[in-house]
Amino acid sequence: MTASLQKGINALREVLDAPIASYFSSCVRCGMCAEACLFYTETKDPKYTPIHKVEPLRRLWEQEYTLTGRVKKMFGLSKPVTDEELEEWSPLVYDSCTQCGRCSMVCPVGNDITYMIRKMREGMAISGHAPEGVIGATKRTIELGSPMGIKLPALQTQIGKQEAETGLTIPIDVEGADYMALLSSMEIINFPEYLGALAKIFHNAGVSWTLSSEAFEATNSGIQIGVADLASDIVMRIVTAAEKLKVKSVISPECGHAFTALRWEGPNLIGRPYGFTVVHILELLDELRSAGKLKTTGKESEALTFHDPCQIARRGGVVEQPRRLLGDVAEDFREMSDTGVWNWCCGGGGGVSANDRAEHLRLTAFKRKKAQLDALGVETMVTACANCRIVLEEGLEHYNMNVKVVGLTELVAEHLVEQESGK
Amino acid sequence: MNAMDLLLWSRGPGLGIAVGIFLFGMVLRLFEIYSLGRKRDLAPARTGGEGSGWRTMFSRSVPDRAQFKRSPVVFTTGYIFHLGFFIVLLFLLPHIELIEAVIGLSWAPPPPPIVDLVAVITLIALIVTLIYRIMDPVRRMLSTFGDYLAWGVTFLPLLTGYMAYHHLLLDYTLMLALHILSVELLLVVFPFTKLTHMVTLFISRWYNGEWFARKGVAS
Amino acid sequence: MRDETLLDTLKRRGISRRGFLKFCATTASMLALPPSMAAAVAEAMGKVRRPVVIWLSFQECTGCTESLTRAHSPSVESLIFDAISLDYHHTLQAASGHAAEEAREHSMKADWGNYLLIVDGSIPIRDDGVYSTIAGISNLQMLKDAAAGAAAIVSVGTCAAYGGLPHANPNPTGAVAVTEIIKDKPIINVPGCPPIPAVITGVLAHYLTFGAIPDLDDLGRPKAFFGESIHDRCYRRPFYDQGKFAKTFDDEGARNGWCLFELGCKGPTTHNACATTKWNGGTSWPVQSGHGCLGCSEPDFWDGGSFYKALSTPISPVTGAAAAAVAIGAAAGVAIGLANRQTKAAAKAAHQKATIADLEK
Repeated sequence: MTASLQKGINALREVLDAPIASYFSSCVRCGMCAEACLFYTETKDPKYTPIHKVEPLRRLWEQEYTLTGRVKKMFGLSKPVTDEELEEWSPLVYDSCTQCGRCSMVCPVGNDITYMIRKMREGMAISGHAPEGVIGATKRTIELGSPMGIKLPALQTQIGKQEAETGLTIPIDVEGADYMALLSSMEIINFPEYLGALAKIFHNAGVSWTLSSEAFEATNSGIQIGVADLASDIVMRIVTAAEKLKVKSVISPECGHAFTALRWEGPNLIGRPYGFTVVHILELLDELRSAGKLKTTGKESEALTFHDPCQIARRGGVVEQPRRLLGDVAEDFREMSDTGVWNWCCGGGGGVSANDRAEHLRLTAFKRKKAQLDALGVETMVTACANCRIVLEEGLEHYNMNVKVVGLTELVAEHLVEQESGK
Repeated sequence: MNAMDLLLWSRGPGLGIAVGIFLFGMVLRLFEIYSLGRKRDLAPARTGGEGSGWRTMFSRSVPDRAQFKRSPVVFTTGYIFHLGFFIVLLFLLPHIELIEAVIGLSWAPPPPPIVDLVAVITLIALIVTLIYRIMDPVRRMLSTFGDYLAWGVTFLPLLTGYMAYHHLLLDYTLMLALHILSVELLLVVFPFTKLTHMVTLFISRWYNGEWFARKGVAS
Repeated sequence: MRDETLLDTLKRRGISRRGFLKFCATTASMLALPPSMAAAVAEAMGKVRRPVVIWLSFQECTGCTESLTRAHSPSVESLIFDAISLDYHHTLQAASGHAAEEAREHSMKADWGNYLLIVDGSIPIRDDGVYSTIAGISNLQMLKDAAAGAAAIVSVGTCAAYGGLPHANPNPTGAVAVTEIIKDKPIINVPGCPPIPAVITGVLAHYLTFGAIPDLDDLGRPKAFFGESIHDRCYRRPFYDQGKFAKTFDDEGARNGWCLFELGCKGPTTHNACATTKWNGGTSWPVQSGHGCLGCSEPDFWDGGSFYKALSTPISPVTGAAAAAVAIGAAAGVAIGLANRQTKAAAKAAHQKATIADLEK
C-alpha cells in the first residue's frame, strides 16, 4: 500500500497547467457555481460550492507556480497542503461531484471547474484519499476487467439469452468488422436488452459489427477515481483489441463516463491517436437514421421526457441526436425545463454511484431531478446511460415516484420495422 | 506635506510608480500562466459546431435565463457595477482628458449629470454586493481578505471621485489628491488580487470555449 | 512725516474724510467683516501712526512690487503707501548703495520688535546662499537678521510664500520660502504671481487696523482672500457643470465663453480672489480673457504639469515607467516561467507509473 502525500503533491504539480492557472487567476468568488451545482442547490450547504472543492489545488498552484506564492513559501508564510486537509476534502471532491459540468457552463469568468476537479482527483487518489467504493471499483477493473467484476463467462451468458430473445447471432471477435461494440458492466448486469437491441438494429441496417472477447468493458474507473496511468491501461485494452480486429470504429455504449474516457481522454492518456474512430451509440443510430437505415414504425403515445446524461450531452456534444431519434418513436415528447446542455445531473456519475459514503447525499441531490419531473408531470423518462438509469431508478424509488425509466436504444429497437430474423 | 504636494506627487511620481507596478504584475502573471503550457489534445475535435474559444470570450457575458434566476443578485449587481464603473471611468471628461494624454484617443463625453447619476448607482450596487458577500452563506464562506480588499480598492476611487466632484467633506485639492491616490492604490494592489480577472477572464473563457467546442458544444 | 497719523496724511493729500470712510468700508467688506466694522476700521486706521515697514526683495522678478504700485490714477493703494513709513524698498526708495543699507539697519534698531517685515522673492540657500546677495550680504543672512526684530512678516508673492519660480524643478539655487527659514515669527503668506494689488493692501490694512494676523488657512494664507477656489467662484462654472468646454483657444466653445478645463485651467485647485475681485481695478481676469487659471497662488504651480493640459492629466508622461515595467515584468516572467517549467519537469521525472497499490496508504 504505497499511496503517499508526496506522490499526490507530485501528481498535482504535473497536472497544473496554463488553463488551471488562468482559472485560479480569474475566480472572483461570486458563488454562482454553487447555484449551478445540484449538490449545493438541494442541500444549501456552502461547502459544496464547486470552486471550494478545489481550494487545496489552488493553494498548491499559488505556492508552486507564482512568484508571490514562492516567495511566501520561502519565508514560511504559506499553509502547506496536508494529508488531513486532503482527507477532509475527499467527500467534496468525490461524493459531491459527478463531473457534470454545469459549473463550467455557468462561471462568468469562464472557469472550467469540472476540469480542475478531474485534475485534483489525480492528487487525491494517489495520496490515498479516494473513497473506498471507488477504489474497489478501480481495483476490480484493473484486476478483473470490470468495475463490477464481470468476466467473459458472465457476458457470454447474457449473449446467449439475447440471441435466444432476438433470434439473431451476436458476433464476437470478427476481424475486419466495421464496428466494435463495447458494453458497460451496468448494461451487462441490469440492462442486457441493450445488447439485443444492438443486434436487431444492426441486422436491420446491415451494419457489420462485433464484440471483442478481450475488451468488452467500456466503463473506465480510472478516470472516475482520477489516476491517468490506470485509466490509460484500461483504455489500452480497448485500443489493442480494436486495432487487432482492424475495426473502423468503436461504439461507446449508453454510458456517460465511458464515452468521456474513450472518445475524449483516451488518446491523451495513451499518448497517441487511435487507428479507429469512436462514436457514441446515439451518434451511430442518428447516422443510420439519416441514411434511411433505421426504419421504425409506431410511436409511444404516453408523454415522455429525456434525461440528458452529462458526459454525453454537455461534456460530449451529443445533444440533438437523441431528440431526432425520439421524434421517430414518440408522439408526446416533452422537454424538461433546463434541457440539453443545461440539463441537471442524475447525481450518480463520475464514481458517485460506486461510493457508499455518498449515498445519502446522492439521494438528497436527486431532489433536483425530482423537481424537474414533478414540473413536467410525465410518467416515462428516457435516457441513454446505464449508470443514469440505475441512479434514476433508485432515486425515483426513494421518493416513491411513479416514473418509468427507459433506455433509448432499446426504445428504438422496439419500434424497428420487423424483418426476417437471421436464424 | 500639504494637500498640493500630495496632489502633485500623485499626478507625478505616484502615477509612474503605480502604473509601473501594475504593468509589472500583470506581465508577470501572464508569464506565470502561459509558462505552464497546455498539452495538445490528441482526441479529434468535432467540426462544424457553433462553439469556439473566441465566441465564449464574449458569449459568457450573456447569462442563461434559468441560471440568472438562480443567482439574481450576483448577476444584477455585477452587471450594474461593472458597467457603471466603466461608464464613469470612460465618460467623465477629466478621465477622457487623462486617457487622451496617455494613449492619444478621446471621444465626446455625455452630459456630466448623466455620468454623475451612473456613479451614484454604481456606488449603491457596490454596497449591495458587499452586503450580499457578507450575508450570503456561500459568498461568506468563499471570501477571503483579498476579496474585501479588492472591494475596497474598487469602491474608494468611485467614492473619492464623487466626493471630489461634488466638493464634499474635504477641500477639493486634498480630495482630488486622495482620489488619484486611491486609483494608484487600486493599480498597485491589482495584480496581486482577484482583480487580475479583468484580463485573465478572457484567457479562461477562451480555454473553456475551446474545450467545449472540441466536443461540439457552445459554452 | 514719521509721526503723522494716516488721517493727517490723507488730509494733506486732499483726500476727504468721506473718501477715506468709503475706503474703510470697502476694506471692511473685502475682509468679509460686517458693515458695522467699517467705523472701527476708520477709527483705527485714522489714528494709526505710520508704522515702520521694511520691504526686502530677494530672488524675485519685481512683479509683486509692480502689482502693488500699479496705480493708473492716484489710487487708494498709493495712499496707503504714503500712510506707512516704508523705510526700505529696493525699487521705490531714493537711496542706494551703502547709504541705503545703513538706513535699513538704523530703522531696524530704532523700531526693534515693532516693524513689519515684508518679503518678496524666494531665498536661495544652496552654497551658503551665494546665489542672491545684496551689498555682499546673502538673502538668507539678511532675512534672519531682519526677522529677528520684526513684529510680523508678510511674504508677498508665491516666491516668498512657497518658493515660486526659482523653486521649480531642478531648483539650482536651492530656493525656499520664508517659512522654511523663519520659524519663530508670525508669517502671513500672500501668494500669487503676482498677488492682486487689493489683496496685498487688504492684508496690510487688516494688520494695521487690528494689529493682528487675519485668519489663515493651512497654507498660511488669509482666508478672506484665499478661502475660496477659483472654480467655486468662476462665472463659467455652469458650463463646467453642463459639460460645455472650449477645446482650442479659437473654437466655438472659446468664442462662447465656455469652461476652459480642457485647455488646462487649474481653477479647481487654486485658491485666490481673482474670480471675484478681478484685476486692474475689477476690469477682468485670466479666465474672463479666455485663458485658463495657472494656479499661481498655489505651491509648486510651476511643477504641476503643462498650463495647457487638464488638471486630470499626468504631470509627466508615464510611457517611460510603463515601458520599463513591462520589460522588468517580462524578465521576471521569463525567470518564473523557467522555474515553473523546471518544477514541472522535475515532477514528471519523479512520476512513477501508478498501480492499484498506490490507491491506499
